Amino acid sequence: MTMYMLIHSGGNMKKIEVIIKPFKLDEVKDALNKIGVTGMSVSEVKGFGRQKGHKEIYRGAEYMVDFVPKIKIDMVVSCDMADPVISTILEHASTGKIGDGKIFVSSVEKAIRIRTGESGKEAV
Amino acid sequence: MLISISAVSFAGSEPDPSGGGTGGAADVVGVTANAPSADDLQNMAATEPLAVKLADVIGHNRIAINMVWTLICGFLVMFMQAGFALAETGFTRAKNAGHTMGMNFMVYAIGMLGYWICGFAIQMGGVGGVATLGGATGLNGEFIINIFGKDFGLFGTKGFFLSGSTYDAVIFSVFLFQMVFMDTTATIPTGSMAERWTFKSFLVYAFFISMFVYPLHANWVWGGGWLAQLGKNFGLGHGMVDFAGSSVVHLTGGVAALAGAMVLGPRLGKFKKDGTPNAMPGHHIPMAITGVFILAFGWFGFNAGSTLAGGDLRIGVVAVNTMLASAAGAVSAMIYMWVFYEKPDISMIANGFLAGLVAITAPCAFVNSVSAVIIGLIAGILLCMSVFFVERKLKIDDPVGAISVHGVNGAWGVLALGLFADGTYGAGWNGVSDGVRGLFYGDFSQFGAQLTGVITNIVFVFTVMYVFFKVLDKIVPLRVSEEVEREGLDMAEVAVLAYPEFSISSSVYR
Repeated sequence: MTMYMLIHSGGNMKKIEVIIKPFKLDEVKDALNKIGVTGMSVSEVKGFGRQKGHKEIYRGAEYMVDFVPKIKIDMVVSCDMADPVISTILEHASTGKIGDGKIFVSSVEKAIRIRTGESGKEAV
Repeated sequence: MLISISAVSFAGSEPDPSGGGTGGAADVVGVTANAPSADDLQNMAATEPLAVKLADVIGHNRIAINMVWTLICGFLVMFMQAGFALAETGFTRAKNAGHTMGMNFMVYAIGMLGYWICGFAIQMGGVGGVATLGGATGLNGEFIINIFGKDFGLFGTKGFFLSGSTYDAVIFSVFLFQMVFMDTTATIPTGSMAERWTFKSFLVYAFFISMFVYPLHANWVWGGGWLAQLGKNFGLGHGMVDFAGSSVVHLTGGVAALAGAMVLGPRLGKFKKDGTPNAMPGHHIPMAITGVFILAFGWFGFNAGSTLAGGDLRIGVVAVNTMLASAAGAVSAMIYMWVFYEKPDISMIANGFLAGLVAITAPCAFVNSVSAVIIGLIAGILLCMSVFFVERKLKIDDPVGAISVHGVNGAWGVLALGLFADGTYGAGWNGVSDGVRGLFYGDFSQFGAQLTGVITNIVFVFTVMYVFFKVLDKIVPLRVSEEVEREGLDMAEVAVLAYPEFSISSSVYR
């Protein structure tokens, strides 16, 4: 049985949250796989930034659709991977039009693989 | 005595539960232009015995064709229940889908039992023989008031529990056919009252409308009652004529839907503080449109089946008029929405399609194809205008447009018959000779009969149903609590979520 040891490994991993237009998902995923990103989580979200929503009309009554569907990708990578990931996303997720999305980078204190108990860079 | 009351009972033949004794030589007499007369059959008994025997088989086959037609068309109308269920559920929200489906489902079961208990008897108890089906003379009891020498039939008195002399193959077929029409009425208010009606009080309603309200008006129009006798009694055309039920079925349903929606009140969040409506889009448009198509399919049984005779070749005209009116209603609704509201809103177009069908239901057997298209075009426009009038002026929340589709266009259909009937069909209808003719073809009195029927229906059904809902509300509250309405009625009212996998719960993730 592998002992889980509390190693202070803060500071050498980054969490990257990306919000992109849904139709860009395949292209971004494939590009990230090519540069060595081995795992990610994807969720369907709705949101707005400067894109704002739009007006719809149902049976004569107008209503605002404020939130636009987007895809959010969460991934945790080692520090040295952060910049390649960011430039890959910028290259593949951008259309030049409003609503292309955002990238957020934050530090990760701990990362642990549940199956083996590994932590730190080995876990991502 | 100026007013007398009687329960008329005329002689009937023996009931025929096995069907073996129904349909014979008598059903050959006078049925086509060159058919033998009763005398012919008697005279040839000695000289041409084979012909007489064949006449017996032919008569049986004629009745068989008619009964098969009636039953198959009845099965088609039964399938309309699925159409209503899909259309209503598709046009309302997902959190209530189980409950909306549940109402449309149980209205079939309960409506049928209520109708079997006494509804059928009240409606058809005194209709007398059904000639195209060669029998049903067990339905020979009608309660009549005689006022100043005129008979006013009010309700039937034979056929409770389909027992006794009404245990008869033909009467059972008539029961099936009439029951599915009744259920079409019963299911209409579930649309206008969707998303906030308690299941308990809905059950009481289902019994009430199937046992009493629908059958009474249906007796007056179809059971030989007083509206049908307006021609014989007062010279108003052929009396009130409603071929397949624009008033008996749809106007009744639409008016009941109106009364119910008024008593129930609008859904939470439907109207802003200043009274303007909020949109509450339906959750499954493909389901709704499929439901509408199923309704259109079943309507072939609804209208064409109302001849109660496969051998009545007017069925081709009836079916084509039906489909033409539906197409016209869809197109005029589409144009209306495009012109006034920027987009061809498919939910309104679907409503317009149904409005055309409702409107042609009364006149379908009596008009030509151009009239059918005109009736449908007007129905689509009336539908759109009515939806906005009901929602914006009356501030009544009707999630699926039931009041406008069935109520408004049911009335239009009945009146349209009084305008467009061209005299090519209906000789002898309600005991009046010659074809049924409307205002545009020279008979003003028919329109008078139609108008009388529409006013009677609206006054009777609205009064009874409004009072009923108000009283019922005091005993079994009509409306769910605010918490239940916000969360969705499925769990609280019918114990199953329509879409459990869209909620996070431990059982879903096993």
